[in-house]
Amino acid sequence: MINNPSNRSVTLHISACLFLFLFSFILSDYHQLIITRIMILSIFALGYNVLFGYAGLLSLGHALFFACGFYAAGLPIYHLGWEVPFAFLFAIAISAVVATLIGAIALRTHGVAFMIVTLMFSQVAYLTTLHFSDITGGDEGLVLPEHARSFEIIGVQFDLTSPQTRYYIALGLLSVSVLAVYRWVNGGLGREWVAVRENESRTRMLGYNTFLIKLKAMIISGTLSGGAGAAYALMFAYIGSTFASIQYSIDALLYTLLGGAGTVLGPILGSFIMFYLIDFFSEYTTAYLLATGVILILLMLFFPLGVLGTLKKKWFHWIP
Amino acid sequence: MDLGPFLLLASLEGLVQAAVLSLSALGLCLVFGVLRVVNVAHGEFYMLGAVIAWLVSNTLIGHPLSGFLLALLVAPLFVGVIAFLTDRMILHKINHSPEATIVVTIGMLYVIQQSVLIGFGPDARTIEPPFYFHINFPWFGYSGYKLSVILMAAVLLLMVWYVISRTRLGLVMRATQLDREMAQVLGIPVGWVFGLVFASGAMLAALGSILIAPIRQVHYLMGLDPLLMSFIVVIIGGLGSIRGALMAALLIGMSDGIISMFFSPTLAKMFSTLLVALVLIFKPEGLFGQRQS
Amino acid sequence: MSDIIDKNIDQKKRKSLKELAGATGIAMAAQFNPALVGHVFGSDRPIKVGMQLHRTGIGASYGRWYERTAAATVNLINQEGGINGRPVELIVEDDGTDPKRGAEVIEKFATQHKTDVAYGTLFSHVVIGSSPRAGELKLPYYVVSEGYHVASGALNRYVFQPGITDVRSQMISMAPWIAENLGKKVTMIFPDYAFGYDHRDYFSLAIAEQGGEVLEMIPIPPTESSFTRYFPKIPRETEVLYHVLVGPGVLTFVKELGQFFGTRERPRIFGYIDSLEAVDFATPQLEFLQGTHFWEAFPRYVQPNQTQHDQYFRGQVGVDQNGASVNDPRDISTYSHMFGCWETLFIIKEAMEICGYSGPENRSDLVEATESLTEFPESRNHPQGSKIFNGKIHQCFGIQHISRVEDSRLNVVHTTSIEDGLYEPETDYLQMSL
Repeated sequence: MINNPSNRSVTLHISACLFLFLFSFILSDYHQLIITRIMILSIFALGYNVLFGYAGLLSLGHALFFACGFYAAGLPIYHLGWEVPFAFLFAIAISAVVATLIGAIALRTHGVAFMIVTLMFSQVAYLTTLHFSDITGGDEGLVLPEHARSFEIIGVQFDLTSPQTRYYIALGLLSVSVLAVYRWVNGGLGREWVAVRENESRTRMLGYNTFLIKLKAMIISGTLSGGAGAAYALMFAYIGSTFASIQYSIDALLYTLLGGAGTVLGPILGSFIMFYLIDFFSEYTTAYLLATGVILILLMLFFPLGVLGTLKKKWFHWIP
Repeated sequence: MDLGPFLLLASLEGLVQAAVLSLSALGLCLVFGVLRVVNVAHGEFYMLGAVIAWLVSNTLIGHPLSGFLLALLVAPLFVGVIAFLTDRMILHKINHSPEATIVVTIGMLYVIQQSVLIGFGPDARTIEPPFYFHINFPWFGYSGYKLSVILMAAVLLLMVWYVISRTRLGLVMRATQLDREMAQVLGIPVGWVFGLVFASGAMLAALGSILIAPIRQVHYLMGLDPLLMSFIVVIIGGLGSIRGALMAALLIGMSDGIISMFFSPTLAKMFSTLLVALVLIFKPEGLFGQRQS
Repeated sequence: MSDIIDKNIDQKKRKSLKELAGATGIAMAAQFNPALVGHVFGSDRPIKVGMQLHRTGIGASYGRWYERTAAATVNLINQEGGINGRPVELIVEDDGTDPKRGAEVIEKFATQHKTDVAYGTLFSHVVIGSSPRAGELKLPYYVVSEGYHVASGALNRYVFQPGITDVRSQMISMAPWIAENLGKKVTMIFPDYAFGYDHRDYFSLAIAEQGGEVLEMIPIPPTESSFTRYFPKIPRETEVLYHVLVGPGVLTFVKELGQFFGTRERPRIFGYIDSLEAVDFATPQLEFLQGTHFWEAFPRYVQPNQTQHDQYFRGQVGVDQNGASVNDPRDISTYSHMFGCWETLFIIKEAMEICGYSGPENRSDLVEATESLTEFPESRNHPQGSKIFNGKIHQCFGIQHISRVEDSRLNVVHTTSIEDGLYEPETDYLQMSL
């Protein structure tokens, strides 16, 4: 039973989530806070990976989707006094709509043009958050009000100021996302994505609508990224335009490349490694972003498959 | 201010902007034309040029003019060497694959920017202009050095045009651009040409920033804006078309000055960026370029 | 309420007696054997002050001087016996002048370094991004930011600004002088972000109260590197040009302003010193500033009536007569802001002594003790001048100066009183739970 590759990989993914759960009991306060952040950003990277790792489309503008969920969750709470769960669902819906629109336009381009177009769209979104500062708070940002720091679902009270609660919510969201992505990439949709990635014209000739296949990847990717943004805003109670900046698009790419594009757990591993590396470097130098640059270059030169991708190629072929 | 004098001021500002922009966009365009790659670290080469110029003119005691002239010589050379090494040691290894190059040059962006942060520090610094005189129009005053930037950029652009169209080096470059394989067959050391073109692209960016440095401030984060502006110019001009890029630089430099008079500058930037994305989607050959087969 | 204050004052008296005795003892001990000081402090762990510093990013030149000032203050406090007999340790983390990194730094202070307080932030967006984290981690957070965000009630019970007056108060106190001496028709140039909006909103109100009006508002993005194209928007009938700018382009801004006006007739110019903090007035092309006016919180150039406290402060931080570093005359300080770091640390000390602060479990006592403070008389610990503190809005109010540029230096021509800058409080943090 355990030797069946598919079961083995299911076991791997479930035990990764379980591990993070058990880990919470021995973590110091600081690491609990850090890992909560990392788990949310992992969902972002997970979403990025659907588009880049599976459908083979390199976007340089995913901060747009993250920011979309971020503001769609935060603004109604701040201005209209919405409840947290409702704002979260709303943000996810809006992210899906925006991803569909952006996808429908940007997917008319290919390769380098696609990269630049997504970069530009994302830059427009960033400038939008700056320009309409009466609503968004601009780069100063807005602090979410007291009422948004707890919520109730079917009689259970969740206190968002408690680090434990936040950790488990983040873990819950991450687990759901991992399992969903796992289902998708191992199903028919995943095979279609890989087909487009490997040879788009051939896939088209076989009678597939490749535009639609790519659009689906874009929607799922954008929605996951938006969900991550919404969760980030709600958990940490602050929205500001720095989260829409180009840095976030590059972070998602970096996490994915480092962990291994085209593996489900790769982006999560990448987020963990990168976050801790930066935390480590910032003790020694103010130029901690140097690590980002050096690692990007080394990865492309020597490990284009990333950590998990290299492991998969060498030893563990069954990792999806 | 009345419309007439305002238009005069906006045109002068636009010309200065266009002068610097055309140098740096030409660099980006050249690299894309020959190597078919986008150099995201372009803005950092621009920044590096200004930083080296500051170092040179600051260590040299004497008239600012001598420091400036020396900087005009040393800084592009230094930037060129770094760019050349980048190409030979990194881009060559990944076969100048378009996607991988973008990722690698993003990495270079951080490496250069953060190294400058370590060595040069986070402060904004100034370079003394090599000469300074004041022009007094009846409606406003203007810096004489700024006007000379337009002139110097024009001279440099003429020199570039001469190299590309009248020298053997230019011929080799154009041959490589037209048909990489054929050039290789004809015995052109394509790898070296790539390195030289990549270096020239960076040097053009550095030249632009050295001209402008005495009227702006030198800062380790100054590269992002020229990068995005050069992107816009190169796309509007039609990727890889030098003539298109020059026309686009003029158009965008000039309109930037005038548009931001009527709109908030952030709003103006939003619209122009969106416009460029749409151009790239619906008219990928650019506004001035010819459709390539 | 009144007897709480009485009790505190009583306590303060007793403390200060004890402190005096302790400090004398330590000073004597230190003279004989510096190594002894460590023993006098006792075996207690140090009081950790987490400094959130703009070491990189657009706030870097402020950050450099904030760090020097804080280090000098901590040094002095330790020489004099520390806080409650314990040494003070300054733990510095760079926030890159970025609100996201700022929030993470606060978390790091609270949970990893386990600092007793967080302190020292300047840029408004970093303060606002960090505040919710400080509030929820119950880490007292003392900012030196000058923004109106603390007093506006937008933040929470753990955030204080006791060492520097907020922009709103500064403008209210100066508007009458500007209207009377410079003119009533004003054009404003300000950064297109939060700090600039404080200027936009409250100066226009303040000048309207004086019968003046703002003719035109010209916001400029803080990352802008060239400015000439904004100047044609200045209406011809402008009497006063009001400018305040921050970021890496400030010097270019002032130079281009000078080029634009040239030798023509120009409006009177009133600037916030922020436009020229860390910049030398003797820089070429700044001659046109001759005769213009600036706001200063604390005069950069030594004035004829210099107080002994100002002299002492300069000596400790390492600033010369012209507001530059004693080691490098080209390294100009941010003199109108950095005193806030000095004064705030002494206020933290005072509050910790009132509540007998012993460790993180006392943090809420520290908040209440800080709220109980009411005034800081001009002294060595408060060299910029006397201040009053409103515990309800967590904000202090002090005097301001208006200086005129004469021969490449600033000479004070007017000083406001504390009362000139008071306004009706808009919030009451005491109602918030701890």
